[in-house]
This record gives sequence, C-alpha cells and structure tokens, in this order.
Amino acid sequence: MQDFTFAFLNLEIVREAWPILWSGFLYTVTLSLITVPLGLVGGVALALLATSGPWAVRLAAACWTDLFRAIPPLVLLVFLYAGLPFAGFDISAWGAVAIGFFLNTGAYYGEVLRAGIESVPRGQMEAARSTGLSRGQALGYVVLPQAVRNVLPDLISNTLEVVKLTSIASVVALPELLFQARQAQSVTYNATPIVAAAVAYFLLLWPLVRLISRLENKAMAGR
Amino acid sequence: MSTTPSPIIDARGLWKRFGNLAVLKGVDLSVAERELVFIIGPSGSGKSTLLRCLNRLEEPDDGSIQVDGIELLSPKTDINAARRRIGMVFQSFNLYPHMTARQNVMLALRKVLGKGKPEAGEIAARALDRVGLGDRMEHYPAQLSGGQQQRVAIARAIALEPRVMLFDEPTSALDPELVGGVLNVMRELRQDGMTMVVVSHEMAFARAAADRVVFMADGEKLEEGPPARIFGEPQHERTRAFIRQIDRH
Amino acid sequence: MGGFESFLFSFFNLKVMATYLPLVAKGFGLTVVLALLIVACGLSLGLLLAVVRSFGLRVLNWGIIFVVDLFRALPPLVIIVLLFFGLPAAGITVSGFAATWLSLTLVLMAFAEEIYWAGITAVPKGQWEAARSTGLGFLQTLRLVVLPQALRITIPPLTNRTIAITKGTALGSVVGVAEILGASQSAMSFSANPSALTLGAIAYLILFIPVVALGRWVETRFAWKR
Repeated sequence: MQDFTFAFLNLEIVREAWPILWSGFLYTVTLSLITVPLGLVGGVALALLATSGPWAVRLAAACWTDLFRAIPPLVLLVFLYAGLPFAGFDISAWGAVAIGFFLNTGAYYGEVLRAGIESVPRGQMEAARSTGLSRGQALGYVVLPQAVRNVLPDLISNTLEVVKLTSIASVVALPELLFQARQAQSVTYNATPIVAAAVAYFLLLWPLVRLISRLENKAMAGR
Repeated sequence: MSTTPSPIIDARGLWKRFGNLAVLKGVDLSVAERELVFIIGPSGSGKSTLLRCLNRLEEPDDGSIQVDGIELLSPKTDINAARRRIGMVFQSFNLYPHMTARQNVMLALRKVLGKGKPEAGEIAARALDRVGLGDRMEHYPAQLSGGQQQRVAIARAIALEPRVMLFDEPTSALDPELVGGVLNVMRELRQDGMTMVVVSHEMAFARAAADRVVFMADGEKLEEGPPARIFGEPQHERTRAFIRQIDRH
Repeated sequence: MGGFESFLFSFFNLKVMATYLPLVAKGFGLTVVLALLIVACGLSLGLLLAVVRSFGLRVLNWGIIFVVDLFRALPPLVIIVLLFFGLPAAGITVSGFAATWLSLTLVLMAFAEEIYWAGITAVPKGQWEAARSTGLGFLQTLRLVVLPQALRITIPPLTNRTIAITKGTALGSVVGVAEILGASQSAMSFSANPSALTLGAIAYLILFIPVVALGRWVETRFAWKR
C-alpha cells in the first residue's frame, strides 16, 4: 500500500512537478479554446453546404464529412506533421494541430449541425422568407437558433470529445497537460504526474459530463 | 349480495401517502365472488390508487389485503404467483410494442405458468377469440386501433385464468366509437361469472351491469350500494353533486 | 522533378507501397482484432452495469455512476499512457496491446452503460406494471419486456459511439502497438517516404468508411416507430 502511494499518489512529486503540470493544464485549456471555435466554424460551413447547396455540393459535403469521420484524428495529425514535410510543406506542430482539428472536429460538428438543421421544419424558412428576410438572415435568425437548440446535447457532447482529443497534441510534442505529465514522469521515474494529469482532466470535464448525461436522458425519454 | 361469508377480496384499513398527501385514509373494500363492483368518484379521490393497491402495484403504508385467501402484503407471499390470479387492465393498454397480439398474451403463459409454446399459443388464440380478435393475432399493437389494443390487453389478463379482474379506467383513452367494443367484452366476462372491480366513468354501464357502486372522495369511501340507490337516491351531498355533474354530460 | 511528380513520389510511391503492403496489412489485421475485442467487451460490460444499476441499490449505483463519469471524462490516450507507463511503477507490466484494449474497453463500457441506461429509463412505467401484473418477476420483465424495447432505441447512438471509440485503436501506436498507424509509421521511417502513411490512411478508409455509412443507415432504419 505504501509502495502504491509512493508510486502513484506521491504528494512530494506533485509539489515538485506542479509548475510544469500547471503550465500544461493552461496549455490544454488554451488549445481547447482555439480548437473548439475552429471546429465549429468548419462545422457550420459544412452543415450549410450539406443542407442548402446544389446537389453536387451537398454530395461533396457528405463525402468530405464521412472521409474525415472515418480517419482517426491521430492518423490525420501524424500525416500532417510527419508526412507533409516530405513534400516540402514544413508545418509546425501548431499548424498540424490546427489543420487536423479543423478537418476532424469540423466534420463531427458538421454532422451534428446538419441533423439539427434538418430537424427544423421547412415552413420556418418559408415563413421567414415571406416576411422579407434574406436567405442568410432567415438562416441566421430563424433556422440555426432552432437547429442548435434541437441538437444541443450532441453539440456539448462533441465539445467534450474535442477537449479530450487535445491530448493527442502530446504526440507532436505540444506542451499540453499529457505531454508535460509524461515529461515529469520520465524525469522523476514516478507515475504520480500522470495520475495528477488524469485527476486534472477529470476535474475539468466532470461538470460537462454530468450536464450531458442529464440532457441525454431527457432527450431519450422524449422519444 | 355482498353478504357472502368469505369475500374473494377483503381489504381493510388501507392507508397510502405520497409525501405529505394522504391519498387513501383507511379504506375498506370487500368483494364477493362473481360480483361486479364499480368505483366512482372525482379525480384525486384515490380510486385508482385503491385499485392499484389490490395487486400491490402500489404499496399501501398500512392495512391488510386478502385476495382469494392470500395475504397480499405479507412478506412471505410470492407476489408474482399471487398477481397471476389478479388480472389487471390499464387505461393506456400497456401492450408490449415489440410483440404481436398473440405474443403479448403468450408471454406470461410461458414464463410464469411455464407452458410450452404450442399450448400457450392455443390458449392465447382462444383468449383473443373470446375478445373478438381471432383475426388479428399476428398484428403488432401499432397496427391495431385503441379499442382493439385494449381488448388484447384484456385477453392477456384473462388467458391466465385470474380469479379477479381489475379495470383501471379501461375506456378513458379511447375514442367514443371504440368504447362499445370494450364494454361488450366486459359484459361477456361478467356473464361468465368473472369477479370484477372497475374504476371508470362509464355511468350507463355501471347502472346496467354493476352489482354495487362505491363512491369515493378525498381518499375515503363515502357510500356504497346497488346502482339504483347510489344513482337514484344518493345519501351524501358529495355523491349527489358528483352524479348531477356526470349526468349533465 | 516537377511539383506534381514530387508529390506523387512522396505520397503515392507505388514501389514503397508495394514493399510495405504486407507490414500495413498485418497492422490492418491487428486493428481489426483489437477493435472486435474492444467492441465485444465494452458493449457487454456496459450492459452488465446498466442491468445492475436498474436494481436501484443506492450506494452501488453511486459507484457505477462515478466509474461511468470517470471514463467519460478522461481522454483515452491519458488512460492508455497511465496503464502503460504508470503500472510498471507498481511492478505490473502490461503490453501496449493490453493497455490499449483495456483503456478503450473501459471507455466504451462507460459510454455504453450511459446509453443503455437512458434506453431503459425511456421505456414507459406502464410496461413494467403490465408485465408485473401478469406475474412476471423483476428480471423476467427486464429481460423479456423492457430490454428489447430499450435496446432498439439505443442502437443508433450506440453504433455511432462504438465507431468513434474503435477509431481510438490508432492511439495504440503511441505505446508501440503495430496496428495500422504504428505499422505505417515504422514503414515511413524505414523508407524515408510517407507513401506508407498514405497506405495506412487508405487502410483506415477501407475499414471505417463502410462502418460510418452503416452508422448513417442505422440511424434512419431504427428510428422508433410505434
């Protein structure tokens, strides 16, 4: 038991590694604050193309969505970071993460939002247009707000996944929480920093998990 | 009529509280074999709760219930064995949507009575025939009208050959033109000598078919007697008001 | 060499692809085995937890809810790293394969439990009452009446979640599992050419595009009609 505490719950090590862990935590939060809006922008664009473009555009949007939902995000990231330099595109780890998340989470948000837009009755758009609103205004003021409300649980749940996914940035050596924890672990030969990182993720994301669970139960009961 | 020496249902001093609200305040109810008892009263009077206590879907806080000689509230009683002698029909039918009419009836025959598939299938067919749905056996609930669904639900209960049938507002969820079919089935059950306790607003049916009418209000039994007396010369002011209101419809 | 030619040479070098095809194909097999193990174990453990939860034993249910929340909140890669790099500190060595399998199984278990549970609670109370009134016991009612209805409405969300989590098998490459990504990454470093990675990406598409399409189909097919 004492060995276990020493190896996994070692407060001495936590104190020692605190500055580096804290910086990793802040980095993870920053990374999330950048990747979530990036994915949302991509998602809204995809959803609009998939619901209101001409048929060729709609088909292309659907293929694009399925393509990037089928490729594991880590594969995409490795491809961008380790593969592209061979073709002379030397993108930084930051660039690879930004593009990878835009493509991957954009596809997921796009799929959720598409379902949301399709759940809004056609009459809403027609009613809005009949009062003289432009197509863009009707989308922005009438259709999208309802679409977002209809799929809010899925949107929040997707956001949780994006934040969790930022941990793969450790693979391309961005100093986020998991990366810093691994650094601290290899320096101290002690697993405590990784446990501390896990606790930090849990504390950060638990409220979101509770919220989603409540919303999902309500949605399922409403079927 | 209700002076048979040993009643088939004998509930005494039933209390039921939901939080601070007492829904049943020491209600007694005894029902003789082959008797049809109607329970009427305004909504919130506790009549449905009383009915649901009679097969322990609702757990009374106090009191005792004997059904066919079984002490229902005793911890020693096998409640599942007891329940199959007490058929129940619900306001919202509660048919299993993933099973055909026949499978709905067969389920308890097979899993509670342990009958084999061919035998259970035959009993189910007979029960469905009895409620006039011999030609709808392989239909799913979604393919049946509300009245037909309720008749399947009755078949599901009578196939187990219960000693007593409880009906909880069996026609309230039905369109008016579908009520008649369900009432006909109930009338036939009555003629075959089934003991029945019915919570319902079908006053005409109560007048014509009931042996006894019980009037409840605010968790208490205010009066009971043959339909002619309860509807013709009610003793209690609340009963008079209730019947006046019902008759206006 | 022109720009396009150099692009082809880098990413679609057929010679490199042919050389490393067996390696990536082996990785493909490993990914499939890993994914099947995760799906089988994760879905059944999740169902088991949901059934136990339906007994309504308060303290036990708090435990279940905590475990489920924990594995929903933790990034899978963090769990993999914790098992693979952390457990040796306690004298337990696990292979990268085992660490990846166990982590993703626990994650799928947690998400599946939550979905099953939502499905069970979505079945109307009247279904329980009707079944119990005919003398069926608690477990009989759960198994014969409630679960068939609950499972049906859980199929679409469960399919999508299962697909998303099995894609996490690529995370195994971080702890040295030679699944598709791991295999093609080592091929890339042997050949100093990313065509092997292209091959890996194609392997994932072959594996997951049908599955993603299946998920889409399931979503429309199993819309609950009464």
